[in-house]
Amino acid sequence: MPQVTLTVNGKSASVEVEARTLLVELLREKLGLTGTHVGCDTSQCGACVVHVDGTSVKACTMLAVQADGASVTTIEGLAKADGTLHPMQEMFREHHALQCGFCTPGMVMSAIDLVQSHPEGLTEAQIRHGLEGNLCRCTGYHNIVKAIAAAWPIMHGKVPAAAE
Amino acid sequence: MTAAFEGIGASVRRKEDLRFISGRGHYTDDINRPGQLHAYIRRSDRPHAKIVSIDTTAAAAAPGVAAVFTGADLAGIGGLPCGWQIHNKDGSPMAEPKHPVLAEGKVRHVGDPIAVVIAETKQQAKDAAELLDIVLEDLPSIASVTAAAAPGAPRVHDDVAGNVCYDWHIGDKAAVDAAFARAAKVVSLDLTNNRLIPNAMEPRAAVGDFDPTTDDYTLYTTSQNPHVIRLLMGAFVLGLPEHKLRVVAPDVGGGFGSKIYHYAEEAIVTWAAGRLKRPVKWTAERTESFMSDAHGRDHVSTAEMALDAEGHFLALRVKTLCNMGGYLSTFAPAVPTYLYATLLAGVYKTPAIYAEVKAMFTNTVPVDAYRGAGRPEAAFLIERLVDTICHDTGHDRVDIRRKNFIPVDAFPYQTPVALQYDSGDYFTTLDAALKAADWAGFPARRAAAKANGKLRGIGISTYLEACGIAPSKVVGSLGARAGLYEVANVRVHPTGSVSVFTGTHSHGQGHETTFAQLVSDQLGVPLSQVDVVHGDTAKIPFGMGTYGSRSLAVGGSAMVKAMDKIIAKGKKIAAHLMEASADDIEFKDGKFSVAGTDKVKTLGEIALTAYVPHNYPIETLEPGLDETAFYDPMNFTFPGGCHVCEVEIDQDTGVTSVVNFVAVDDVGRVINPMIVEGQVQGGVAQGIGQALLESAVYDEAGQLLSGSFMDYTMPRADDLPNITVGTESTLCTHNPLGAKGCGEVGAIGSPPAVMNAVVDALKDLGVRHVDMPASPQKIWAIIHSNRPRMAAE
Repeated sequence: MPQVTLTVNGKSASVEVEARTLLVELLREKLGLTGTHVGCDTSQCGACVVHVDGTSVKACTMLAVQADGASVTTIEGLAKADGTLHPMQEMFREHHALQCGFCTPGMVMSAIDLVQSHPEGLTEAQIRHGLEGNLCRCTGYHNIVKAIAAAWPIMHGKVPAAAE
Repeated sequence: MTAAFEGIGASVRRKEDLRFISGRGHYTDDINRPGQLHAYIRRSDRPHAKIVSIDTTAAAAAPGVAAVFTGADLAGIGGLPCGWQIHNKDGSPMAEPKHPVLAEGKVRHVGDPIAVVIAETKQQAKDAAELLDIVLEDLPSIASVTAAAAPGAPRVHDDVAGNVCYDWHIGDKAAVDAAFARAAKVVSLDLTNNRLIPNAMEPRAAVGDFDPTTDDYTLYTTSQNPHVIRLLMGAFVLGLPEHKLRVVAPDVGGGFGSKIYHYAEEAIVTWAAGRLKRPVKWTAERTESFMSDAHGRDHVSTAEMALDAEGHFLALRVKTLCNMGGYLSTFAPAVPTYLYATLLAGVYKTPAIYAEVKAMFTNTVPVDAYRGAGRPEAAFLIERLVDTICHDTGHDRVDIRRKNFIPVDAFPYQTPVALQYDSGDYFTTLDAALKAADWAGFPARRAAAKANGKLRGIGISTYLEACGIAPSKVVGSLGARAGLYEVANVRVHPTGSVSVFTGTHSHGQGHETTFAQLVSDQLGVPLSQVDVVHGDTAKIPFGMGTYGSRSLAVGGSAMVKAMDKIIAKGKKIAAHLMEASADDIEFKDGKFSVAGTDKVKTLGEIALTAYVPHNYPIETLEPGLDETAFYDPMNFTFPGGCHVCEVEIDQDTGVTSVVNFVAVDDVGRVINPMIVEGQVQGGVAQGIGQALLESAVYDEAGQLLSGSFMDYTMPRADDLPNITVGTESTLCTHNPLGAKGCGEVGAIGSPPAVMNAVVDALKDLGVRHVDMPASPQKIWAIIHSNRPRMAAE
């Protein structure tokens, strides 16, 4: 069976997998990183979105062997070592952008890439369009859109993160 | 320093969020037990077929396979039980055919489970399932209720004549007929309520575990009501007593009704774990969810209103065919009867109502409660009928509603269809919604849209629902096979922190925050010192779970009752310590004081005394500060309100965009406004989904065509508008909190508001009614079939 060596949340991992193993299966089943979820089997829902070399990827559309040598960040790897949350995590909580929490990891990972790739600014329409690949059944997206809009200036250094 | 207010009425940020935003949620599929095997279920790809043979030889010999089971192996266990019995018009009980855990002899819908393969890995189980040699012989089949009701229709169950599960009615037929005979005007409308697939984002999953040292079983499952599953599966399917069966529903990723029911897979993994003496895990793939999670809605109705010359409603007559699917799901029979027809008065003082409901078996996935459950079907029917009355008679849509509203001073109000509403004020929610939506300014917006080539419409719905389910005595008399009280255990620990154990279950509703606020408010304990525990039959005394917007109204009331007992006991302890009479002890903000003195003991001091009873009235009082209450409500609760939707239709593409949505609801007492707003927004999103996007599509034979997210249109972020939410509450009069419930109002009030807006947008084309969903294809066809006439005008 193929051996896959990759960096996940800053830690090196080397795992033997079946060739057909998906990246999301490697993360959940081999590495125990169950924060990344599986919500469908047609790459529609986005619950499994992680960052591969800094870009959001649906971890159900990528074979584990394709991630060989890559650096992967999952929801578990977003907060700083001292526990400080990523601004997107903070804004999701502040704006009640989650209910059951199942779509949340993928939603947060997609949202971070969306904000990072739009340093010029993000309109509400762009945010809604940018979330096309992520399904949420609980919130109606209203508060997710608000959270992302609120995270943009923090992530781009336009306003300081909320003081503790 | 003053602590931030975190009691009743504060939009406290949610306690549960930290784990969810950090990837530390703990869902059923995240659970792995030592030595665990994996199950894969082979399902029918045919709507109706005889099982000729099943050869398991090759599958059983495949790598890693531990066992293969078919219906024959499970023949000794019971079928999946139905929790509600409806009686026919003639008093005879409904048809209740067996719902086997694995198909016996026949399959009756696409997705019906035939065999389970259990192997060391999920992939091995799935690979081996491909090797099962299953020979099916197709039988004639039906998918729609109209086909099921047609003369000579194929039978889904050999022993159910005409495919009729029940033929039921409610109301005063003679009074209704008399009113129609003297009516100045009768308006009639045929309408369907489209079948929906709930699609909670977390697929269903179950892990069965067996401990051979104690013979104890544990089931981890994606359930909204673990105690109900323990009862149904233990008592009716597997024959396991409650004390040997623990059911855990950990974090659950959305339910919307679909995770209320006891499903075959729960019984399979639990039974197989006992058989194989190893844990067995099953997780649905989304495709399986589409064909095995209970669906919702699916009604075909005719509604008729008799009116006098001024537009007063005289009588309502309704005839509904509803789809039960291939088998009866847990609460299916109750949905189109006591959760639907009893709601047909809506917010109106219609003096006479008569409804006939015929429930049909078809070769489709079982249908059961989905967010709102019966009440959206009732609201859609009434509110579309009211707008159609205006279309046919020229009455104003707002005026006719006001004219027929139940007056504010008429509560408690007895409807002609069994329910007694305790409180409400439909005028205030109407006025607030019209104002927020700028109803008066609409003509100008319509004209502006027209100038841009767009068709703009505005729609209103003034709806009501019944929730806070439910008074046990009442539902028992109506056919429920369970009580519907709720249970709370409030445990004040020796150092004053509090654990609250609730029989309700949170799968997105934020109970860990709302209930903690309630306890913090009542006991004067900081929010950080209160933990809410749910979802484990080994920890919680009992409970009926979460559905029907019941958690706060019923579960929260149980908590209040338990806290009342804590305070009463605390007063006795405080009286002893402060050498006063218990009658003179007052409790406020976490402190027991002797009235008229400065003597004070904190709840923490009382708790410590209760657990370290050195100086304690031990002759008359037990140590400890731990109280349980069962609360059985006196009545249902009746949230209601007004939703206003504004749409714009692109004539070239047929796409309907919701450009504004306002919901003003009466949900009774609000504990956390932020959470209530989120609940309403989520419900409205599902209602807009039903109205514009979603539909479970079967072909005539019963093949499921919308079987994946590629085919079934889930609302996405760019399909939805911002949703403005307001509350104008009257208090429930019969529970201690005055709470009514907010979980379903969004999904109940919104579909008719959206469809009334769509029909309004198309009114110049002569359109009288559009069935849901108002898909671009449907709307484009309506516009373009009317084009020649428009051009001629």
